[in-house]
Amino acid sequence: MPSSIPKRSFWLGARDGAPFTLIVGPFAAVFGVVASEAGLTLAQTFGFSALVIAGAAQIAAVQLMVDAAPMVVVVATALAVNLRMAMYSASLAPHLGAAPLWQRAIIAYLNVDQSFALASAKYEAAPEWPVPDKIAYFFGIMVPISITWYGMTVLGAVLGQRIPDWLALDFAVPIAFLAVIAPALKTLAHVAAAFTSVVLALALGGMPFGTGLLVAGFVAMCVGAAVETAMERRA
Amino acid sequence: MSFSTGEIWGIIVLLGIGTFLIRFSFLGLIGDRELPPFALKLLRYTPVAVIPGLVAPLVIWPEATGGAPDPARLIAAAVTLLAGVRTRSFMVAILAGAVTFYLLSALG
Repeated sequence: MPSSIPKRSFWLGARDGAPFTLIVGPFAAVFGVVASEAGLTLAQTFGFSALVIAGAAQIAAVQLMVDAAPMVVVVATALAVNLRMAMYSASLAPHLGAAPLWQRAIIAYLNVDQSFALASAKYEAAPEWPVPDKIAYFFGIMVPISITWYGMTVLGAVLGQRIPDWLALDFAVPIAFLAVIAPALKTLAHVAAAFTSVVLALALGGMPFGTGLLVAGFVAMCVGAAVETAMERRA
Repeated sequence: MSFSTGEIWGIIVLLGIGTFLIRFSFLGLIGDRELPPFALKLLRYTPVAVIPGLVAPLVIWPEATGGAPDPARLIAAAVTLLAGVRTRSFMVAILAGAVTFYLLSALG
């Protein structure tokens, strides 16, 4: 940690990030279990969590690998799940754009749902905060979260290999995904997007190489945005 | 797993690089130019647009039953969804779904 990082803001971030370990920990463990069930080694499982840090995309990738989808489709679908992060990046840019490139690169690596939600709320509330404090706060948030993320992935992977078959762990994937998505169904537009996605994915299930899901996802995204626009006009 | 070790690492690395570039995009390369409003709207829906489509076949045609719909899985999925919508909590939703699934499977 360089000395230019303001300590107070850093520890403030760590304190605010700590409660989120309760969400991140179980999710990381679920990924660890799912990945080891799918036959990934401990190193590969940890590699996912260390290089990607995006649980939903990681579980999606592993599920498509189990389904033997082509590599391109595995990567494209998992990246589609992560596209929302371009929005996070865009909304952090006005606050952190003045920071040195290496700091922005680390922020980008650590820019996950939880750190984005906490940091953007803080920056909106205190726009006068100096950039080094904003950076320190962001790094602080991710200390408890990233340690929990890496650690619980490993724990899940190790435990996953010892869980007996009768526990039907195949069901962990849909349950984990539904638990992630349900709280995100906040508006009619979100519900419409989700519904479109389900209907089209089932209807297009026969398309080659798992491309049906990509088509379903793209159309559902457009439906969500269109419904939001329609609701705004009506309001 | 039908992938070789090299292919698995290939997927991990490509996904890592791709995800990083998505996160770095505006912060690092594009600067603080504003996204067009419609692009922001589209991006907001990426998780709810992709994940439900991925889950649906897993719930309706589970591989563990050879693709036959299974009442325990269907009901547990519905309970997870409802619990998540009501409580907005990942933990409550996943626990509710798991408990329902094991109870129904034990009774089944």
